[in-house]
Amino acid sequence: MLPPIFGVLFDGIAYGMLLFLLSVGLSVTLGLMNFVNLAHCAFAMLGGYVAITLMQDHHWPFLATLPAAFVAAAVVSVVLERTLYRRLYRSSDLDQVLLTIGLAFMSVSVAAYVFGTVQQSVETPAFMRGSFQFLGIGLGKYRLFLVGVALLMTLLLVAGLEYTRFGAMVRAAVDNQRMARGLGIDVDLTFAATFALGCGLAGLGGALAIDIVGLDPNFSFAYLVYVLIIVSVGGLGSIAGSFVAAMLIGVSDIAGKYYFPELGAFLIYLVMVVVLMWKPAGLFGRR
Amino acid sequence: MSVAKPATTDPQIWLNARSRWHRLEICFWLATLLPFLLFPNYLSLASQIAITALFALSLDIILGYGGVVSLGHAAFFGVGAYAAGLYSVHVTGEPLSGLAVGGVLAGVAGYAASFIVSRFRHLTLIMITLGIGLLAHEVANKAHWLTGGSDGLQGVKTLPLFGLFKFDLYGNVAYAYSLGVLFLAFLGVRRIVNSPFGLSLRGIRENLIRMPAVGADSRAHIRTAYTIAATLAGIAGAILAQTTQTVALESISFQRSADVLVMLVLGGAGRLYGGLIGAALFMVARDQFSGIAPQYWYFWIGLLLVTVVMFLPNGILGGLSQLYARWRVK
Amino acid sequence: MSEVALAARGLNKKFGSLVVASDINLVLPEGARYALIGPNGAGKTTLINLLTGMLPPDSGEIVLAEQDITAQAPQERVRRGLARTFQINSLFPGLSALEAVTLVVEERRRLSGRFWQNLASHKESIEEAYDILSRLRLGDSCYQPTRELPYGRQRLLEIALALATRPKVLLLDEPAAGVPQDESGEVFEAVAGLSGDLTLLFIEHDMHVVFRFASHIIVLVGGAIFAEGSPADIAAHPGVREVYLGTRQHG
Repeated sequence: MLPPIFGVLFDGIAYGMLLFLLSVGLSVTLGLMNFVNLAHCAFAMLGGYVAITLMQDHHWPFLATLPAAFVAAAVVSVVLERTLYRRLYRSSDLDQVLLTIGLAFMSVSVAAYVFGTVQQSVETPAFMRGSFQFLGIGLGKYRLFLVGVALLMTLLLVAGLEYTRFGAMVRAAVDNQRMARGLGIDVDLTFAATFALGCGLAGLGGALAIDIVGLDPNFSFAYLVYVLIIVSVGGLGSIAGSFVAAMLIGVSDIAGKYYFPELGAFLIYLVMVVVLMWKPAGLFGRR
Repeated sequence: MSVAKPATTDPQIWLNARSRWHRLEICFWLATLLPFLLFPNYLSLASQIAITALFALSLDIILGYGGVVSLGHAAFFGVGAYAAGLYSVHVTGEPLSGLAVGGVLAGVAGYAASFIVSRFRHLTLIMITLGIGLLAHEVANKAHWLTGGSDGLQGVKTLPLFGLFKFDLYGNVAYAYSLGVLFLAFLGVRRIVNSPFGLSLRGIRENLIRMPAVGADSRAHIRTAYTIAATLAGIAGAILAQTTQTVALESISFQRSADVLVMLVLGGAGRLYGGLIGAALFMVARDQFSGIAPQYWYFWIGLLLVTVVMFLPNGILGGLSQLYARWRVK
Repeated sequence: MSEVALAARGLNKKFGSLVVASDINLVLPEGARYALIGPNGAGKTTLINLLTGMLPPDSGEIVLAEQDITAQAPQERVRRGLARTFQINSLFPGLSALEAVTLVVEERRRLSGRFWQNLASHKESIEEAYDILSRLRLGDSCYQPTRELPYGRQRLLEIALALATRPKVLLLDEPAAGVPQDESGEVFEAVAGLSGDLTLLFIEHDMHVVFRFASHIIVLVGGAIFAEGSPADIAAHPGVREVYLGTRQHG
């Protein structure tokens, strides 16, 4: 029989996997173009609301809404990238922060207007409800599914980066943009595609998050802080970094809420400030 | 913005001219007296504007002049507010000493934080300032034996200014107090900006990499600027605590940090009056639109931010100065 | 018998497997006019970055006027008299030339911390700044924002900023790079007019300039010193020609 701490650990890992899905896209695009996209979680929120709409209004099964959430977020990101974002690639940090915060503000209002401020919930398929009993610990089936999806995505990402031509172009562009351009790599296209991929993953994360943390118009900002912490602690442009940081934050957050509720989010913020002081580029970052 | 002068201009005279008081400035400050006459029912809003303008001015020192993007400046505003509030509850409600306490404590906090902040740039800096702000908020929230937590600090009583002027419900004294402090602080900041230190700060903003190559210790300058900015933010917070006779958790929140950033950018950072104008516009607009639910207010702010970044990168004052330059050429 | 103004011993630096500096030994006597030449990518700017402290060496020492400065921060080295210019202008776009040079003078005189004094009251610094600018023929355009100056003038300002630190050793990185033909004369004259007490090391590609100004030439290839000597020696050196011609063939 395992002590209850393992249950907490499992929940923390599942939460961390979710956070990873939400963060990995931002980490790669930040590392690639140094573009601070604070609207990243708005894409996640979009994915969530697309899933809700498809399920509630069009009676799609839950599993089918997941790829739809991915695609919707990716498509919207392409539109925004082509119209607004690309003009600011060489702008100051402040301009990028302001533009994307502005977009995030707008997303919150639009979501409130269209969907109201009520907490949304999903009906997951029957086989995902309930939990398995494993050595005395309850392992939520939905959480297991979440972990599975996240691991699958991680595998695809890592394999894609290592073994495909596109992946090689992304790695080259992250490493040395000027040289990549010099070698004939279309860095702009690479970035647009990577950005779409990253936002798509965020959208997927948003849809998956509903059953764990719920969905309301504040999602854009509520999780933005966590995502930013994970990205800066993990290191820009590093998938491994995002993974490790997401696990760290996910487990700390859940364990903190369980064992030290009086501390609140204090621990997370403190961890971030301390890690950044020790390694300003993040645990796995360069520069 | 400047036109080439003939070679016979004395350089010192030219530099002096840049720091001289402009007619428009005098008009501006005279206009700040109007609320006493024209809007006597809005004096408490006017006080709020003066306080927020001071807060925005303090952010301008590090952001507009030093190039430090801070998402957590409300930490110092909050420290000043809580310090002044607690001083009033436990020691005395005398406002001027309370003001000093708020400013000094915020300044000390700023000095400590400056050692961290001055070492970083870009995303790391943004995240650290955000982290500092969030930490401060968490501490204020959880330490409710001291701060009152989310209920706010109760029992703040402000004694009459100079022993004579009572802070009444009409808000005359409150506005005079806030405006007076704002003006004095402004004079100080104006001097700083026109000082050799201000010039170095602008150098840091314009080209950080070149600074060590010309023998400048940028980190030391940023530490000084950050400490001054924190002190002024703390003073603004102290005034808020004293004039409203309460300290809410909101005064140290991310919301406040984000709002002041928006105001400063709206008005135009790095232009002394940008924060003041931005604060005035933002708060008057918010007051007028206060009937609308908060989510929708932020839609317009969001749209405004997007518009400003895409079309008016130097804020309203920047846009106006460009228009003026074009008009002059005609 | 001249003193050694700047010396480097056994400087090494590599990034992974890329060697950018290989056992560099350098001796600059006071008042020297040394040229540093070599094909693109030879590590010339890297050497300047190492000497000025913008890049820490893997091993080796740097000595300025008999003081070991290897561990010192860049601004400290500037205070001790080592200044440099950048190959691509690194100026303050929004500041006027007068403000920019005054900034440097104030920093040098340690007056930049005085946030309570009006800049306009620092007469000496302002006059010194104007003087430096005038000597470089920038006096009449010193009131415009730097970004409005033509490129040649900006290049001169680049030198003015370095001169304002009152250096004893000045490292110039391609001072006339990117300057149109009709303006480059001014830059060379400025360099030629520099005081004889000043020790100069300049990176240059134009051989006419090199042979005109340099008393000694150092050839850098692949991060290592390939050859050095008087202009006559280098002109006659067969290896040097090959290094340059070979590079040109590969484009």
